[in-house]
Amino acid sequence: MSSKDGIGKVIGVALALCVVCSVVVSTAAVKLKPAQEVNKTRDLKRNILQAAGLYDASQSVESQFESISTRVVDLRTGRFTDDIDPASFDQRAASKDPAGSAELSDDQDVAKLSRREHYSLVYLVESDQGIDKIILPIRGYGLWSTLYGFVALESDANTIVGLGFYEHGETPGLGGEVDNPRWKAFWPGKQVYKNEEVAIALTKGAVDPASADAAWRVDGLSGATLTSRGVTNLVQFWLGQDGFQPFLTHLKAGEA
Amino acid sequence: MSMFKDTVVKPIFDNNPIALQILGICSALAVTSSLQVTVVMCIALTLVTAFSNFFISLIRNSIPSSIRIIVQMIIIASLVIVVDQVLKAVAYEISKQLSVFVGLIITNCIVMGRAEAYAMKNPPIPSFFDGIGNGLGYSVVLLAVGFVRELFGAGKLFGIEILPLVTEGGWYNPNGLLLLPPSAFFLIGIFIWVLRSVKPAQVEEPEYSIAKHTVAKEGV
Repeated sequence: MSSKDGIGKVIGVALALCVVCSVVVSTAAVKLKPAQEVNKTRDLKRNILQAAGLYDASQSVESQFESISTRVVDLRTGRFTDDIDPASFDQRAASKDPAGSAELSDDQDVAKLSRREHYSLVYLVESDQGIDKIILPIRGYGLWSTLYGFVALESDANTIVGLGFYEHGETPGLGGEVDNPRWKAFWPGKQVYKNEEVAIALTKGAVDPASADAAWRVDGLSGATLTSRGVTNLVQFWLGQDGFQPFLTHLKAGEA
Repeated sequence: MSMFKDTVVKPIFDNNPIALQILGICSALAVTSSLQVTVVMCIALTLVTAFSNFFISLIRNSIPSSIRIIVQMIIIASLVIVVDQVLKAVAYEISKQLSVFVGLIITNCIVMGRAEAYAMKNPPIPSFFDGIGNGLGYSVVLLAVGFVRELFGAGKLFGIEILPLVTEGGWYNPNGLLLLPPSAFFLIGIFIWVLRSVKPAQVEEPEYSIAKHTVAKEGV
């Protein structure tokens, strides 16, 4: 056995290498963390603005986001709460934390979330006349992945301003077409509720404009039946009784 | 110069990691549905292969052979994490699209294969160029596959519309299969076929040949 393979040598090389590599990796992680955080928040804010149709690429995201106020809603009561600081609230972590979320029963869980958090962030565009637009975070399972996005509603809490997903892993070109601006353009002006029930849904193929339900229907994504179904389910869940419907009702009545 | 030619140019067509060595197929299927993502993946993989070869070759004489694979993995994994972190900081949009595949460079057989086959036996500089060459060989196949998949699957190149789609008022009806990972298998297969027709030296010897049909002799 050569000296290269001695046990001391093996341990020595392994230790030295591990120390060097961990220093390199942690330096990179620590040094780049601020830039990554900025990117992440900016991406989120841009998506909120885009959902509300307010995004202007020529201006900085931060300055545009100043007109939006972030609040926390207690989904159990459907009212605003000040118990939680919106700046530090991590909704995604809360949705997995048994203390911050509740299990959904099978009939409730149309969007395949398995748990729903007690609190949710909402974003409000306010003007002198009161609330102008309401932007709600939504998420749910498509074909391969959970889609995370936002839906923006007019002040009547019924007409859609826009919808967009900022994170998903659907097939590019098929389910991934949820990012296509042409498809997103189908959403503005659609109605959510019909006789107090969530009626909005994606159809298979194009919507017949003559149909009586046309205001509650959006074109499905061709070649992506399961993603389309997932989008319908998640929109219906989050705008329904287990989602934001109680909050929206209270908000409209001025009691939120 | 001949060292440079051997290490950088040869892997592109003569000893292509995907077409001849049949390594790194997994990510070739996964990230080639759009060219932009493909390009970033190619750059990331080329850099990781080059630098991992370089560092492994640098310490090749002090790596105990009993733990050499682990040592190689540690170096490769560290480099990949650094690349992933840099992408998240400077090209957030693209790092979101590449998602897990950057991390999966760690398991890409090309990186490991070159470290074991070349860097362990050669000095750092040629090893570095060998990494670049093999990264480029991988890139050539990926870009070719990505080009076909994005052009005929989505009617676009680098996200810019080339063939107007029927769904958007044009005339081109895209082939949805091309956007799904299995289509890359067909394309890589065709690529290998073409390459081996042009360079018959790459065709492997059959592992066995069927014996001639024998006719029973009469009256024996």
